[in-house]
Formats: sequence, structure tokens, C-alpha cells
Amino acid sequence: MATNMTGSSQAQGGIGTAAAPATTHDDHLHEHDHHDQHWLWKYVFSQDHKMIARQFLITGMFWAIVGGALSSLFRLQLGWPQATLGWLEPILGKWVVGGKIAPEFYLALVTMHGTIMVFFVLTAGLSGTFSNFLIPLQVGARDMASGFMNMLSYWFFFLSSIIMFSSLFLETGPAASGWTIYPPLSALPQAIPGSGMGMTMWLVSMVFFIVSQLLGGVNYVTTVINLRTRGMSMSKLPLTIWAFFLTAILGILSFPVLFSAALLLVFDRSFGTSFFLSDIYIAGQALPNQGGSPVLFQHLFWFLGHPEVYIVIMPAMGMVSEVLATNARKPIFGYRAMIGSLIGISLLSFVVWAHHMFVTGMNPFLGSVFMFLTLIIAVPSGVKVFNWLATLWRGNIRFTSAMLFAIGFVSLFISGGLTGIILGNATLDIQMHNTYFVVAHFHLVMGSSAFFGLFAGVYHWFPKMFGRMMDEKLGYIHFWLTFAGVYLVFMPMHYVGIAGFPRRYYAWTGFDAFSQFADLNKFISTAAILAFFAQFVFIFNFFYSIFRGRRATQNPWNSTTLEWTTPIIPGHGNWPGEIPAVYRWPYDYSKPGSDKDFIPQTVPYSATPESNLPYEQELSE
Amino acid sequence: MMDATQELPEKEVGLGWHPYRVLLILMIFSFFMVFAGWTSGYIVRRDEGNWREFDLPNIFILSTVLVTLSSATIQWAYYSAKKDELRRVQVGLVLTLLLGLGFLASQWAAWTYLVHQTNTYFGGADANPSGSFLYVLTGWHAFHIISGLIFVGVVLKRSLNYQVHSRAMLSIGNGAIYWHFLGLLWWYLYLFLLLNH
Ligand code: HEM
Ligand SMILES: [Cu+2]
Repeated sequence: MATNMTGSSQAQGGIGTAAAPATTHDDHLHEHDHHDQHWLWKYVFSQDHKMIARQFLITGMFWAIVGGALSSLFRLQLGWPQATLGWLEPILGKWVVGGKIAPEFYLALVTMHGTIMVFFVLTAGLSGTFSNFLIPLQVGARDMASGFMNMLSYWFFFLSSIIMFSSLFLETGPAASGWTIYPPLSALPQAIPGSGMGMTMWLVSMVFFIVSQLLGGVNYVTTVINLRTRGMSMSKLPLTIWAFFLTAILGILSFPVLFSAALLLVFDRSFGTSFFLSDIYIAGQALPNQGGSPVLFQHLFWFLGHPEVYIVIMPAMGMVSEVLATNARKPIFGYRAMIGSLIGISLLSFVVWAHHMFVTGMNPFLGSVFMFLTLIIAVPSGVKVFNWLATLWRGNIRFTSAMLFAIGFVSLFISGGLTGIILGNATLDIQMHNTYFVVAHFHLVMGSSAFFGLFAGVYHWFPKMFGRMMDEKLGYIHFWLTFAGVYLVFMPMHYVGIAGFPRRYYAWTGFDAFSQFADLNKFISTAAILAFFAQFVFIFNFFYSIFRGRRATQNPWNSTTLEWTTPIIPGHGNWPGEIPAVYRWPYDYSKPGSDKDFIPQTVPYSATPESNLPYEQELSE
Repeated sequence: MMDATQELPEKEVGLGWHPYRVLLILMIFSFFMVFAGWTSGYIVRRDEGNWREFDLPNIFILSTVLVTLSSATIQWAYYSAKKDELRRVQVGLVLTLLLGLGFLASQWAAWTYLVHQTNTYFGGADANPSGSFLYVLTGWHAFHIISGLIFVGVVLKRSLNYQVHSRAMLSIGNGAIYWHFLGLLWWYLYLFLLLNH
């Protein structure tokens, strides 16, 4: 916060350079200094929110490929436990022993897959990209509240990525105790190889990750609170912004708690404390640690962990709302209910964490309290689903690629949400916990849904990001392959789970009861690997369109929100002249009386007497 | 680079606060959540038994006095800046720095006392989570105090350059908010430990 690294001449804030808010230049609208910036400041250490957004997106895509590749590897093992995979040896080296993936490496694979997808792709890649890109553009600000902190946020993420990625190449392998890193497994290097250096690097990487999230989060919230353009009251914000805003608040309040858990784990691992360790014998030897409680870790972890799943899904919800309304050419159904349900979900997300811990031996009364609170989340979630469907109902639907993914999101969110209600019942969960049923639940409701939201966002805002359109045909192919793929992968997992398959098992060949599912597992693995390869259609489309795509027009989707009033490729400061003022909510699509099917937020009521409602007419006079 | 402050007049009025102040307050919330996590963990853990009791060192009372006085001095510096009495601003900030250092020293004394007189250790075979928690809570707080001292130091430097006065209150205001937060945080931790050790 204290120094300034921009190459431009404007003095930018030390803690208090800007003496009082009132000191302004009258001529702040003058052309922003376009004098040549060194490419290093323009493309690498940029403080421009749009460039930072692209950096997050590209890094996120890189991580998604890595995460997806890891899952293809462990699906190979699960689908064909007897096969010899000698051909993998050149890539994986000693992790393939005699044609078999080493069991320790299998654990490392699932751990890193989970960590990468949840944190690096669906948290940093998703809200990092779209909060950065859309908040200033949609609220009408020239940039984030602090461009410098925003830049730091990306570079902390980058540093964290480097550390996590390097851990994949360690002699002893990366962390291997699951993305939830439960001690004592994660605390004791003697327990598994992954709990050695791999775990240390995991923890260090996550500390930087948390710093990055906080720097980003406080910036998003401040920008939404302080930098909205004239007329942009909170009740005129697009739902995307509401979603990013609440997501950032969740992050600010919950990531520090993960930090507190991680720090205690560091102390247990390296400084001889016993926060989480007690009465442990390992290889016949008693450890000196006394008095710790592994359940304590779970409490701290899930206090972050549950809000985290909403940190992942809420930005997707916001973008889907926006894309659905735009492409159904209808106002979003129940705008205020949408905001209310986001707030409800945000509040509830802090008081349900123990539904991940029903089998930790907690007091059954406490279990019922958490069960009750958990099931209440179904209400705001139901409100959202209802409103999305009602928005589609009798809409004048334009099936753009973004729209397909938005509809796919709604479908997946319903399918996965329903199983959440089953798991939320403590009595049922005791049976289902740690089976593939849980895996099916969260991959549909979180993994796939959030990816679909991400895709919807990329297809929809690509023209604003790169000034060109993505190819629609390839978009359709990508959608159908992915949509079919995720259902074919995750639907069968419910059956496997109900039959009692535990998750994170290297092979089930030892259990007769499960042999009947061998074919099903092959099927799942095939679908998963195909769905993974289908993503290269998207990758190709993305990079091809950056350079060769059809040139975008200023407002290709006939949308109402502010970002489409900027030049096709917005420069530094977003609007060359004055920032437009806002007069109406963002969902005036197909307004009765109007001859156009959309009225941008910047059009005053006085310009549209034909379509004004009585109270709007009053406002215009 | 756009300076956020230039944007305010053409903006919806947010909270009427400068963006940097909002940033600071949000950061304070997240700093506090770390302690909220630990203190709730403390209670959960204590209720599981096997919890070694020990008396808190009396020197913590001295810490409390010092940190409270330092809040008073920085507030005095703040008011002086408002009245453009620049000399007093600097005196106030220097006093705050000294009291802050004194606080750190008193914490150090308390830790030494705990280790040598009551055998309360952070780690190792003789440690119990009750002690480890105490060191984590106070240690992490002390770490924040160091960051606060740096912050106050920066404000002092600005004030020596005549950049802190009645029309440039942002940095000293933010410094004061952060420092008061650290003081309150100490009160919270101390009362919490008194009630739950
Ligand atoms: C109707 C709403 C929901 C309910 C009632 C619900 C309930 C549950 C319950 C009880 C579990 C624990 C299962 C177990 O481990 O035994 C669980 C796991 C999980 N849920 Fe949900 N859920 C809901 C929606 C969501 C949403 C919207 C997301 C993400 C966007 C999500 C993500 C997850 C994840 C990631 C896990 C597994 C974590 C792990 O153990 O690795 N859930 N859910
Ligand atoms: Cu949960």
C-alpha cells in the first residue's frame, strides 16, 4: 500500500498522499496518460484491472488443464485397476512401478486434483477473473480502489501457484492427505511420503494464496461500496456485482480462519506443539504429542471449507443470472429475491460447517442443530432455481454458447443440490459419508456447475475482454460434449456411492461386493477422460478467437449493463470521456411499450416516456 | 494509473469514507477472524479435557496499561493534527511508538516468566495446548503490533515532512484506527484468557 510502482506520471497513493477526498482535479476527464508504458508494466506488472483479470483467467486455465490431467490419471487407475500402464513411465517416472501407479501417488493425485480445482481454478480463476474484470466495468469505475494491491493480489497468487506446481515434482511427491488435509495424516511426515516436503509446500503455498484472496477481496468490496458511478445505487447493481460483492465478504471472513488452522498445523509439524495430535503410535513407536484434538482441525477447516464452496458457486450464480436474462430477453425474475437469497445463502454458509462432521462423534443434539440449519439453505437455493426457471419461461431465448452453459448450470445445480438435501440429513449422511455419493454430490453442484458458470462467463464477456467473438459452432460442440460428459461421469457415481464405495480408495479389487461395479467404473473413467479431452475444443476456440475471431461490435448481445458502453477494447480508465451515469436497473429487456427490446442503464426515464411505469414517469419529471 | 481519490465527486456516495479507509477496515475484520478462529478453537479444545491450568503472569497487567496509554497518545496526536499543532502530533506519535515498544518488551518478559517460572512451553513433550495457545495468541498479536509500529512510523515520517495536518488527516486517521484495533484486540485476548485459562 505504501509504494507506487506504476510507470505513469500520476502520483498514486501512499497511505495518505491523497490528502482529503475532496482534492480533485477538475480536469480529471482529460485523456489518460497514454504515453508509452514499458511492456513490463503494461502486460506483466499491470495495475489495470482488465489486464489483471486476463492474467487470472489464463493462469486459471493452465491450472484447470493440470487439474483435469491429474484426474484422468487416477480415473485410469480406477477404471482399469489390472492394466499395466507402462506407457506412463516416461511421464511419471518412478510413480509408475512395474506398470502400476504407486498407491501413494494415487493419493497425491486426488489431493492435488481437489486442491487445484477448488482453490486455484474455481476460486482464483473464477472470481479472480470476473470480479476483477466486471466490478469496475459494471459499477462504472475507472479501476479498482487500489490498483497496486490488486496487482499484488495476482502476484501472490502467482507465487502460490509456482510453489504448488513445484511440489508436483518433489522426490517424495506432493501433499497426499486430501484437499482437506486432515491431521494427523497431514501432520506426520513419517505417516506417508506426501506429508513431508509436499505438505510443507502445500501449506506455504496456501498461505500466499490466502494473502492473495484477502488483497483481492478487500479491493472488490471497497470498489463496490465506494466507486459506483452516479445513479448506481445498490438496488441498481447487476446481480453479477451483488454476487461478487458477497463472495468477497465471505472470503474476507472465512479465509483467515483457514489461515489460523494452517498455522497451527505448521506448528504441529515443525515446532513440536500438539494442537491436533494426541496418543499416536506410528511404526510401533509412541509419539510424545499429548492433548491435541484432530476434530478441532476439522472445525477450523470446515469453518472456511463450507463458505468456500459458496465462494466458488456464487460468482457463477451471478453471471448465470446475467446471461440468462440477457439471452432470454426478459428481466430477471425476482431481482430483489435474487439479492435476498444471495444474502441468505451468505449468512447461512457460516453456520452449517459441521454437516461435514456428522460422523466425528459429535453430540447428536448439536448434529440436529447443524442438520436443521443445513436444510434451511435449500430455501434460498430453491428461490434462485425457481427464479432462473421463471426467467426462462416464455422468454425469447437466444441460444448463444453462453446461454447454453447458463442453462446447463441451472440443470447441474438442481441435480447436485437435491443430493445435498439427502446428505444434509445426519441419519442418511452417516451411511453416505465418505462414499462416492458425496463425490457425486459436490462434483455436480459445485465442480460442474461452477465450471459451467465460468464457461458462460467466458463466452459472454470474451468480446469485452479481447474485442473479438468466440466461435459459436465450436461453442456448441464444447457445450454438448461437456454437458453429456459430466452427467455420464457423475450420475453413475451416485449408485456406486449408495452401494458403499468409499472415496479415496486406490482400488476395490480386494472387495468382492464391489466387483459388479467394475464395468460401471470403466464407463465413468471413459466418460471422464473424453470430457477432459473435449475441453481442448474450448482451449482451441479461446486462443484462436483471441487472434482470429470475428471482430466484436460494441454491444454484441444487446445488453443493458455499463460495460457495453465502453469502447470495444476499453483503454486505461475504461471510458475515454466522462463515466456515464445510471438511471435505471439493469434488466429492462422487452419492456412493454418500448420499441427496442432492451434499454441500457444509461438511458434516462425522460427519454422513454412510451415505456415508463407510472412511478418512473414521476422520476423523469 | 487512476488515482481512486479523483473519482469520488462523480460517484455515488459510498459510506462517505475514503477508499483506503474502507480497505483498512475490511482488513481489520479479516485480521480479527484469525483470532476468532483460534479463540473458538481454544474453547472447543479446552472442553475436551487434558488441559493444563496455570496462572497468567501479572506483567500482562502492565501490558494492558501500556497499550491503553498508547491508544490515548495516538488519539492525542490525531486531535493535535486536526488543530494543526504539528509539534504535538510528532510528540504524540513518538510516545505511541515508545509505548508500543514497551508493550512488546512486557510481552517478552511475560513469555520468559511463563517458561522459567511456570514451565509453560510452546512445544515439545512437556507442552500442553493450553500453553501453546497462549503463545500463539499473544505472539500473533505481538506480530501485529510490530506491523502497527511500522504504520505509526510511516505516519511519523509523513508528519515530519509536513504531510499530516488538518487537511491531510487520512494517514494519521488510518494509523489511529489500526492502533486502536490492536489495543482493543489485546483487551479482548487478555479478558478471554483471564476468563478461560
Ligand atoms: C441444498 C444445499 C446443500 C446441502 C444441504 C449440502 C449438504 C452437504 C453435506 C451434508 C455434505 C457432507 C457430506 C459428507 O461428507 O458426508 C456436503 C458435501 C459437500 N458439498 Fe454440499 N450441500 C449443498 C449444496 C452445496 C453447494 C451449493 C456446494 C458448492 C457449490 C456444495 C459443495 C460440497 C462439497 C465440495 C462437499 C464435499 C467436501 C468434501 O468432503 O470433500 N454443496 N454437502
Ligand atoms: Cu458444506
